[in-house]
Amino acid sequence: MAQDPKLKLALYWAASCGGCEIAMVELREKLLTVDQVAEILFWPVAVDTKYKDVEAMPDGHIDVCLFNGAIRTSENEHLAHLLRKKSKVLVAFGSCACEGCIPGLANLYDRQSIFECVYLECPSVDNPNRAVPQVSTKVPEGEIHIPHFYNTVKTLGQVEEVDYWLPGCPPQDPQIWAVIEAIVGGNLPAKGSVVGANEKTVCDECQFKREEKRIKKFYRLVEIIPDPGKCLFDQGIICAGPATRGGCGALCTKVNIPCRGCYGPPPHVVDQGAALLSAVASVVDADTEEEAARIVGEISDPVGTFYRFGLPASLLHRRRLGKS
Amino acid sequence: MKKITIDPVTRLEGHGRIDIFLNDEGEVLNAYMVIPELRGFEKFAQGRRVEELTDITPRICGVCPEAHHMASTKACDAVYRVEVPPTAKKLRELFYSAFYVADHTVHFYILAAPDFVLGPDAPVAERNILGLIRKVGVEMGTRVIQARGKAMDIIGLLGGRKIHPTFALPGGVTRGINEAERAQIEATAREEIEFALFSLQLFRDIVLKNPAYVDMIRSEAFTLPTYSMGMVDEKNRVNFYDGKVRVVDPEGKELLQYRPHEYLEVVAERVEPWTYLKFPYLKKIGWKGLVAGKESGVYQATPLSRLNASEGMATPRAQEAYEEFYKTFGKKPVHHLLATHWARLIELLYAAERLFELSTDPQITDPKIRNLPTEKPTEGVGIVEAPRGTLTHHYITDERGIVQKANLIVGTTNNYAPISIAVKKAAQALIQKGQPIREGILNRVEMAFRLFDPCFGCATHALPGRMPLEIRIRDERGNLKDVVKQNLS
Repeated sequence: MAQDPKLKLALYWAASCGGCEIAMVELREKLLTVDQVAEILFWPVAVDTKYKDVEAMPDGHIDVCLFNGAIRTSENEHLAHLLRKKSKVLVAFGSCACEGCIPGLANLYDRQSIFECVYLECPSVDNPNRAVPQVSTKVPEGEIHIPHFYNTVKTLGQVEEVDYWLPGCPPQDPQIWAVIEAIVGGNLPAKGSVVGANEKTVCDECQFKREEKRIKKFYRLVEIIPDPGKCLFDQGIICAGPATRGGCGALCTKVNIPCRGCYGPPPHVVDQGAALLSAVASVVDADTEEEAARIVGEISDPVGTFYRFGLPASLLHRRRLGKS
Repeated sequence: MKKITIDPVTRLEGHGRIDIFLNDEGEVLNAYMVIPELRGFEKFAQGRRVEELTDITPRICGVCPEAHHMASTKACDAVYRVEVPPTAKKLRELFYSAFYVADHTVHFYILAAPDFVLGPDAPVAERNILGLIRKVGVEMGTRVIQARGKAMDIIGLLGGRKIHPTFALPGGVTRGINEAERAQIEATAREEIEFALFSLQLFRDIVLKNPAYVDMIRSEAFTLPTYSMGMVDEKNRVNFYDGKVRVVDPEGKELLQYRPHEYLEVVAERVEPWTYLKFPYLKKIGWKGLVAGKESGVYQATPLSRLNASEGMATPRAQEAYEEFYKTFGKKPVHHLLATHWARLIELLYAAERLFELSTDPQITDPKIRNLPTEKPTEGVGIVEAPRGTLTHHYITDERGIVQKANLIVGTTNNYAPISIAVKKAAQALIQKGQPIREGILNRVEMAFRLFDPCFGCATHALPGRMPLEIRIRDERGNLKDVVKQNLS
């Protein structure tokens, strides 16, 4: 083992928040171990390598690339293609790369409406010339370029072939460590697998037992102080636990907050939102269809509830352009 | 005319870039700090249940999610006009203090310290956190990792996840603490105070005792007099969680104070077509472009500006450090930008002491931690001091509490103009006609913005070590004349 060449590792962030990088920092002392077994060729956050250096690498030079962030701009997509070409194994790391995550809720809108909101309508904006960012701008001294902002947020898998999926917002550090051990030990499962998670649901690993109680009213978090010893779903709080892959350790329910679904759909579920809606519908306590429709109809913001983390990856993908 | 492109300004290529334009004599005409990304949270906040923004907006930034979580929750408190029980307020501030300990530790040790401990001319491959640990020894490296880790454990205890925690809700918090947990937090707080004192001593030994660094700190290239912004308590002492926001002019005289709901009277944001980030400024003074000084509405919102905008610290040892800071410079306010690193460590000490105070508060284990809203939701503004600047969340809802409009002025955004000016100033001081542009120039340009701990769009936050920079010098026809690189092995 000691004679083996070090594993060549790359890590990158596209359209993301930086939480996946902090999740790596959460490895704490184990990061020093990573330093011993792997050569980190590219990690914008920690290693001094540039795109040009990546471009100069032979194809397939990187053993494993952990890619976090969604595809929001032309530059994000360019990097996805570049790192795919240079890497033997490409891992979609974290919810943004896997499912689009919360920034994927922007797929309810388009570029123009986002620009109008941010640069024209926000109450603090002072924009007498009604300027919005342009891909190319002439300034007195020359010209300045910025990347193209797409209409639609895409997942990594929607622009490139992905070998493994490591879910979570962010992935929990014990799971990251388990995956790194599998990579270093050559124990990765078949390509296309979800890694750093398990084959259960968040419900299965939650400390509270769900009794699938019938529900007459679903509560918002501003309407109820939940009984801390009981399943939140049974108390009428929509919890994505039954429709979410396990692996996080059900951390949110430990602090009386429902699962919002950041680990993505469980095994064999195509559309997480549909699965959660189905879980909700199955416990509605109504005698008539009208009553059932009323109870479900009272749930505000269904897209933001059922597709909080996965709109770009879902069957819905986005609101039709021109309809926002 | 020549154009110099510094691309990228951080290791996160494309997330930040500087274009510097020179005249024919080789003098800097202008510098543009270009931010090439946007995610549009203000837009897709629309249509959400307002209380869910406490979970949604932290995804603006995974480095400081706690700051967004708190600003969002306070905005929601205001939207519902719900009173927060005293213990819940204290638990929020305790949580927030633990976050400050972790975050300031990350910045100082992982981002800034390699420049000072290893030196600006250390080998590029060594100038990162791992190189730092090799230099100072695993024992001290482990101490830093553990100090940060134990603060993160408090966040995880209270907020479930350590990153993107879910602790606060309108009207309070989601869980209280018992005596055993309190005792554990108190024990951690004691260690964090020792760690902060140790860090300040390290700064004295390594930076303040080195005349080269002191000269650099005091140099004109790294001095930028602007207005200073920071949150203060009723005695005008620094506060991160609650209070009024105070602004002092470049001479230190108070310009104004405002409460969160008054922010639109104080701050406006300019839009430029060549960047995705907006430029906030003080409305009372007005936007005069990217210039510093008393006539320009440009202000800073950083650890240094918070000290400048205040009259002291609310904890004893941080107050001693505050006095030492101003005594050393012999004046107040201090406009030496590199002193921001020192100010950050004084805040680290304050956060650790405040964590200790709150962990020993007799009320802290009280079970009354939440009030349910009873009023109809309307509109609210929440402000906290994020480590990288004053953070404002403003929500307008319909009568069901569904968000109609959201406005966010994020920590680093406040500093977009001063960072741009600082970079231009450093470039002007260092790029001389007839002189070759050496690697050392790039390092200093880099240090001019690193001290702000920039977190552009709160999305492109830089972490360990040095950034790769490339300066391309072209003639007026665009022909490449010279390329200077650093960290581009």
